[in-house]
Amino acid sequence: MIEVEHLNKKYGDLEAVRNLNFKVDEGKIWGLLGPNAAGKTTTMRILTGYLPATDGKASVAGFDVFEQPNEVKKIMGYLPEVVPLYPDMTVDEYLAFVAEIKQIPSAKRKDALEKAIETAGLEVVRKRLIKNISRGFKQRVGIAQALIHDPRVLILDEPTIGLDPAQIIEIRQLIRSLKGERTIMLSTHILAEVTQTCDGVVIIRDGRLMASGSLVELTASVKDKERMTVKLKSGGEELIPHFMNIPGTEKVLWENDEFVFEWSADKDIRENVARYCVEKELGLIEMKPHMMSIEDLYLKIVSGDVAQ
Amino acid sequence: MSNIWAICKKEVKTYFTSPIAYVAITVFLVLSGFFFQSLMWWFNTQSMQMARNPQYYQQLNINQMVYSPLFHNISIVLLLMIPLITMRLFADEKRIKTDELLYTSPISINQIILGKYFASLFVLLVMLGLNGLLSLFTFAYGNPELAPILNGYLGLFLMGAAFMGIGIFFSSLTENQIVAAVLTFGALLLFWILNWASYSASGMWRDVLNYLSFFQHFDDMTRGILDTTDLVYYLSMVIFGLFLTHSVIQSRRWR
Repeated sequence: MIEVEHLNKKYGDLEAVRNLNFKVDEGKIWGLLGPNAAGKTTTMRILTGYLPATDGKASVAGFDVFEQPNEVKKIMGYLPEVVPLYPDMTVDEYLAFVAEIKQIPSAKRKDALEKAIETAGLEVVRKRLIKNISRGFKQRVGIAQALIHDPRVLILDEPTIGLDPAQIIEIRQLIRSLKGERTIMLSTHILAEVTQTCDGVVIIRDGRLMASGSLVELTASVKDKERMTVKLKSGGEELIPHFMNIPGTEKVLWENDEFVFEWSADKDIRENVARYCVEKELGLIEMKPHMMSIEDLYLKIVSGDVAQ
Repeated sequence: MSNIWAICKKEVKTYFTSPIAYVAITVFLVLSGFFFQSLMWWFNTQSMQMARNPQYYQQLNINQMVYSPLFHNISIVLLLMIPLITMRLFADEKRIKTDELLYTSPISINQIILGKYFASLFVLLVMLGLNGLLSLFTFAYGNPELAPILNGYLGLFLMGAAFMGIGIFFSSLTENQIVAAVLTFGALLLFWILNWASYSASGMWRDVLNYLSFFQHFDDMTRGILDTTDLVYYLSMVIFGLFLTHSVIQSRRWR
């Protein structure tokens, strides 16, 4: 649905995006993840036709972003990082204006407006001036304006930035509820956002692609070690040398009154560890596998441990 | 066309929900009303005095004695007011980042520029229209000629339109409204007095400077002369201003 090939963007001498390639499938939510100043906003601005690229190709739903910008703009909804709101308009007036410039035929404008208000949950503020509503509602108005022309593709730049935790959860639910007939790409530097809302992720750093793919694929590709935590009734650090003798064990650490075992993914030592603890009567009370989290993945990628 | 209309409607609404339009229109009406009143008063006293002398009395002409100077005075007020009307057109969109909405919507840059420009012309029309109502008095109590008056208002409108073309260009250059207003005012004043330089110039330069000056073209129109050269001049100023605006917006995005 969204395809980017060899995309480059220079601002004078600054290379904001370098040779970026990725692909987002139809009907999925994809996260564009990276630290600040990684080139996320630039990439999104290029995709939405706000900025031209210096070099490369980008297409949305088969339309070339640079050759057929109007076709792309018609099927795309965009929520910029700073929500583009006119403070002196009411929510209704603003959405009516957006409906007009997004080329919704005049007969359908009213329905489109009602639907956007309902989806974004804006009934209570629709008659109020935008400058008088809360940050959370402003963000919702931003999502409503992106949705009003029923776009097939949604680009959301940091949709939850500046919101309180309850609002973040609401907006995430809203975004997830939009999935299905729409392809969504959202940018964020918050990892939890990706694990909780996205099907896949494109990770960039300094304008370069570091990794891209579905969460399952990516997690599998970096997961070469497995870990677990073991809690015992008695015993501490002095047991580490004994544990190291259990076949397959590569590393044992003593952290927060717990043991952390590490072994390579191809063999499983959990049974051996359990048997050893029971035989020695160490009072095994807990064994907990560590899932390789997206956080580890992200930290690894961003710190440069993992090449593409 | 409907896109231009959508932008224009939004801009007019913004003008009249913020104090800018009201303040500019009110100040304009107060000043132009004051000029009108004092010119009329002067004309009255002149006619009283001359009533004793039938020979001079025949020469009294309200069009020349009231309207011609009135149009000159109003044009100066426009020079001061128009930068304030055009300053927000693009500067404010950039400041509050709503330009990102406009440029990612399926409308062209030309449509955005024209929509905004027509909205500012509407404010100008309101100003001149309300001021024109004062002429009801002159028609009720005297017998001025209609055609030169209409010609003068046409001249004011065209000159205001040219001012606005320049104003919208400076608004597209910056995100600070004050900067836009000051630059516009400076440019307008410079164009206004460009003919001063023609006194010391010679040959072709003299003609060029004279042609470029706002004042030169406006003077004819206040005296009731409608010349196509003046029309062409004002229209080309408008088109030039809008073209520059388009170039600025394009280049900002391509940089």
